[in-house]
Amino acid sequence: MSAELHTPADYIRHHLTHLQVCKTDEGWVWNHCDGNFMAVNVDSMFFSISLLIFLSWLFRRVVVNATKGRPGRLQAMVELVYDVVDSSVRGTFHGKSKLIAPLALTIVSWVFMMNLLDLIPVDFVPYPVEQSGLAKYLRIVPTADVNVTFGMSLSVFALVIFYSIKMKGAGGFLAELTMNPLNPKTLGLPLLAWPLVIAFNFLLESVALLAKPLSLALRLFGNMYAGELMFILIALLGVWQLPLHFPWAVFHILVITLQAYIFMMLTIVYLSQAHEHH
Amino acid sequence: MNINLTLLGQAIAMAVFVWFCMKYVWPPLVQIIEERQQQIADGLAAADKGARSYEEAQTRIATLVEEARSQARTIIDQAQLRANDIVDEARSGAEQERERIIQAGKADIEQQINRARDELRSQVAAVAVAGAEKILAREIDARAHQDLLDKLVAQI
Repeated sequence: MSAELHTPADYIRHHLTHLQVCKTDEGWVWNHCDGNFMAVNVDSMFFSISLLIFLSWLFRRVVVNATKGRPGRLQAMVELVYDVVDSSVRGTFHGKSKLIAPLALTIVSWVFMMNLLDLIPVDFVPYPVEQSGLAKYLRIVPTADVNVTFGMSLSVFALVIFYSIKMKGAGGFLAELTMNPLNPKTLGLPLLAWPLVIAFNFLLESVALLAKPLSLALRLFGNMYAGELMFILIALLGVWQLPLHFPWAVFHILVITLQAYIFMMLTIVYLSQAHEHH
Repeated sequence: MNINLTLLGQAIAMAVFVWFCMKYVWPPLVQIIEERQQQIADGLAAADKGARSYEEAQTRIATLVEEARSQARTIIDQAQLRANDIVDEARSGAEQERERIIQAGKADIEQQINRARDELRSQVAAVAVAGAEKILAREIDARAHQDLLDKLVAQI
């Protein structure tokens, strides 16, 4: 704990503050960005992009050095991930797409790596960085940042919209939004009642559609944020954190893996729904 | 939890990584794994083939052994017959030889007997004459008594 953080509330708040830079009327400023959209969470971006570079390097290295004979440990590990992703995609998605399997691989590996940073004890990275004067605040778990999870889920959502329109046409997509679940044509309703039914359908379907990216982002964010908060609270207990930190970390391994898998699986499900005709 | 530009940056970073995976990671990975699967399938097929050819070889070996055994049997039988023949031939040859040797011996003996008899005959005549000379103590004209001597010799 830093010297100037006296109360537990200060400690928690300090740990839950992002290192931000934002554009204001006086130019770019650090850490005074509440409510400003033109702000970047430097810590989230730094750690997520560092992990991306690491993963790119790792995957590329494995692929370049890969042999079709007896694989090494690293190659076998990447192939294990490949196998999980590939079987998930094949089991759920029946169309043809060059994008969806690499997308699923990206999501599962990246989210897993970002979640994994949650297992680093909460003061290990921020404290030295603060002491060395590099940054006042630092949060190292990018998936505990709602911007990060929404960034991914909205990308997936954009793909869902794109493939829906590509596979069914704009008319087909609109029909899916307005003629379900109550189809006025098959119900044999008079033309006068159609706008009402269509409005009802549209309301229902758009809520269902918008709930997809929202639930996708908030599920991951909520899990990781709660996990991080628990670690911070445990770290406040002084010597009592020792017996508590371990079981929570072990439990969190499960959460980390599961959340990465769920994010990938739901992405595949949403995209396969976008490809299917109703 | 403020929504800000981080969201956009994250989406861009993700798009770049998805593109990277699509282009440089996924296809080579798929290729390598498919090649390995092919290799494993080939290996299994080769093992199967090996087992089958082993079985075939086994049955072939069994028939070959059976054939060789019967051949050996016939060869042995033939050899035995031939050996019997040879022994028989040798026996008959030896018997003939024995007969011949015996006959030759017999003839030889006969001849020698005859010769001895002739010699004896001539010597007996001389002995008789000498004996008679001594007994008579006088000269006897051998020529005058030749016919008497001849008669004596013939009697012997």
